[in-house]
Amino acid sequence: MTHLPWSAQFIHLAAAVLLLLSFAMLTQRRILSLLDLFATQGAVLAASTAIVAYSSGRAELYYSAALTFALKVLLLPYILHRLLRRLNVRWEAEPLLNVPTTLLVGLLLVIFAFALAQPISQLATTLTRSTLGIAIAVVMLSLLMMITRRKAVSQVVGFLALENGLFFAATSATYGMPMVVELGIALDVLVGVLILGVFFFQIREQFDSLDLRHLEALKEE
Amino acid sequence: MELPILLVLPLFGALLLAVFGAWRRAGEINVAVSLATFVASALLTLRVIRSGPFTALGEQFFVDPFNVFLVALTAFVSFTTALFSRPYMRIEAEHGRVNARRLRLYHAMYQSFVFTMLLALCTNNLGILWVAMEGATLATVLLVSLYRTPASLEAAWKYFILCGVGIAQALFGTILLYLAAEKALGAGGVQALLWTHLDQVKSQLEPTVLGLAFVFLLVGYGTKAGLAPVHNWLPDAHAEGPTPISAVLSGLLLNVALYAIVRSKVLVEGALHNSLAGHLLMGFGLVSVVVGAFSLWRQKDIKRLFAYSSIEHMGLAAFAFGLGGPVANFAALLHMTVHSLTKSSIFFAAGHAAQKAGSQWIDQISGLLLRSPRLGWGLMLGSLAILGMPPFGVFASEFLILTTAMKQSPWATPILLSALGMAFAAIFLRVQGMVFGDSRLPRLPHPPALLPVFVHLALVLLLGLYIPPPLAEWYRLAARFIG
Repeated sequence: MTHLPWSAQFIHLAAAVLLLLSFAMLTQRRILSLLDLFATQGAVLAASTAIVAYSSGRAELYYSAALTFALKVLLLPYILHRLLRRLNVRWEAEPLLNVPTTLLVGLLLVIFAFALAQPISQLATTLTRSTLGIAIAVVMLSLLMMITRRKAVSQVVGFLALENGLFFAATSATYGMPMVVELGIALDVLVGVLILGVFFFQIREQFDSLDLRHLEALKEE
Repeated sequence: MELPILLVLPLFGALLLAVFGAWRRAGEINVAVSLATFVASALLTLRVIRSGPFTALGEQFFVDPFNVFLVALTAFVSFTTALFSRPYMRIEAEHGRVNARRLRLYHAMYQSFVFTMLLALCTNNLGILWVAMEGATLATVLLVSLYRTPASLEAAWKYFILCGVGIAQALFGTILLYLAAEKALGAGGVQALLWTHLDQVKSQLEPTVLGLAFVFLLVGYGTKAGLAPVHNWLPDAHAEGPTPISAVLSGLLLNVALYAIVRSKVLVEGALHNSLAGHLLMGFGLVSVVVGAFSLWRQKDIKRLFAYSSIEHMGLAAFAFGLGGPVANFAALLHMTVHSLTKSSIFFAAGHAAQKAGSQWIDQISGLLLRSPRLGWGLMLGSLAILGMPPFGVFASEFLILTTAMKQSPWATPILLSALGMAFAAIFLRVQGMVFGDSRLPRLPHPPALLPVFVHLALVLLLGLYIPPPLAEWYRLAARFIG
C-alpha cells in the first residue's frame, strides 16, 4: 500500500471522511448541524469525484463533480435551510434514543458492508475499488439513521445521505454512471426534495408539528 | 415517429393542465390527451406487429412485443380512467373535498404519471428505467395526500419513504449491473446500460455480481410492485388517495414495476445459467399470494380490501414469471392484462359506491343493487371476475398458472389453491353484503361514469372465452422474448 499514487490516497482519505461524517450524522441531535454535515458530505463527494476525473482522465466526471457540488452543497442545503426558516424549526433538537447502542449497531453494519463488498471489489478494475465497502457502509448507516429518527426533516436528510452513498458507490466501482442517467437521478432528487417541502407544510398544517409520531395511525388491527 | 409522439403527448398534457387544470373543462382536456396517447400507442403496436421490434433515437428507446403490449394496456387503462375521473372528481369538488388548486395539481400530475410509466416501458437504458420509476413515485405522492386528511398524509409519507428507500436498492442493483457490463462491453461505454446490448452479451456477464445485483433489483422494484414482505405502503396509498389514482396505481404502476423485474431477470438468468432468479421470484410471489389472501380477512375498508387483492395477484404473476417457460410466461402476461383491466373496473365501481355512501367502510355500504343496479352489477361481476370465476379471463390465466405449477413444482399448488380459496371466501362475503340487502344510500348529483367498468369487464370476458389468434400470437411472441 506504500506505492499508491496521491490521487488514490486522496480518495481513500475522502472515503474515510465520508464514513466519519455518516457516524456524526447518526448522533447529531440538532437539525441545523445535521444540514451542515450533509453539505460537508456533498463537498467531500464532489472533491473525490473531481480527483477520480483527474486521475482517470474522463472529462464527463468533471461535469458530474460540478453537478454534485451545485446540487448537494449549494442547492439542496439552501432549499432545506429556507424550509427550516419558514417552518420555524431551525433551532429544534430531537431527543435521541440510546446513542451508544446506535453506534454499536452502526459498527456492525460497517463490518457487514465490507463483507458484502469483498466479492464485488475483486472484480472492479478501477483504482478506487477498495472504497466500495465504505460506500455500502454509508448507505447502511443512512438507513439506520432513517430508522432511528422521529422527525420528518432528519429522515429526509437520512434519505439524501443514502443517495450520497449510492453515488459514491457508482464512482468508486465504475467511474460513474452515464451522464444522462446521472442527470435524471439529480432531477429526481431535486424534485423529490421540492415535493417533500410542500409535504412538510401539509403535515405541519394538519398536526402542528413535524414529529412523525402523529403518522402512526394506519395500522392493521 | 409514433414513439416520440407517444411520449410527448402526456408531457404536453401535463404542461397544459398545469395551466388549465382548474378550468371547468379540465376533465375533458384530460380525456382528450389520454385518448390521443391511446391512439399513438395503438399505431405503435400496429407498427411492431407489422415490422417487428426496433430501437429508436440512438438506441435509447427499444420496443419489442413484450413492452408494446404493456404500452397499449397502459395507454388504454389511463384513457378509461380519465373517462371515469371526469365525473368522479367533479362530485368530489362539489363535496368540497378538493379545491381548484388541488384539482389543477391532480390533472397535471395524472398526465406526468402516465408519462413516467410510458418512459419506463419504452426506454432501453436501465438507468433511465430507474429514473422513470422514481419519477412515477414522485408524480403520485402528492396525489395520495390530495385530500389532506391525517390518514392520507400518513399514507403519502409512508409511500414516499418506503418506495424511496426501496427504489434506492434498485439503484444499487443497477450500479452493480453497470459494473458487470463495463467489463463485457468496455469501460465508460454509453451502451453499457442499454438493455439490447446487455442482452447480446449476457452470457459473458460476471455471475457473482449479477446474482447480487438481481437481489437488489428484485427488492427495489419489488417494493413498487407490492410484493410481500415489502408491500406495506400499498394498501394505505390505495385506500387514502382519490379512486382514479387507486385504479392506475393498482392497474398500471404495479405492472410496470413487475416489467422492470422481468427485464432484469432475463439478463441475470442468461449470466447465471441456473434458476436462482426464477426461484427468488417464485418465493417472493408465493409469499405475496399468501400474505395478500390472509390479510383480506381483516379488511373493513372497501379500497383496502381490493388493494390486498392486488398484492395477491401481483404475487401470482411474479410466481408465474419465476416458473419460466413459454406457457408460464404466456399465463403471466395474460394475468397482468386481465388483472389490470378487472382491478381498475372494480376500483371505479367501489369508488362510486363509497361516494354514494359517503364512507369507504364496508359495513356502511349496502343494497347497491336496489339503489343503482348498474353499479351493483358492476361491483358484483368485477369481484367474480377477479376471484377467478369462469368464464372471465382471470380464470383462464389462473388455470394456466396452476396447471404449469403442478407440472413444474407440484409442492406450490396446494399453497396457491388454498390461498385462492381463502381470497374467494373473504372477498365474496364482503361484496355480497354491499351489493344485496336494503339500502339507505342517497342519490348522486351526477350520473356515475360506468361505461369504463363494463367495457373493461367485457374485454376480460372476451379474453376468458376466446383470445383472438393475432393477440394469442402476440402473447406467445412476448413470452418467447422473455425466454
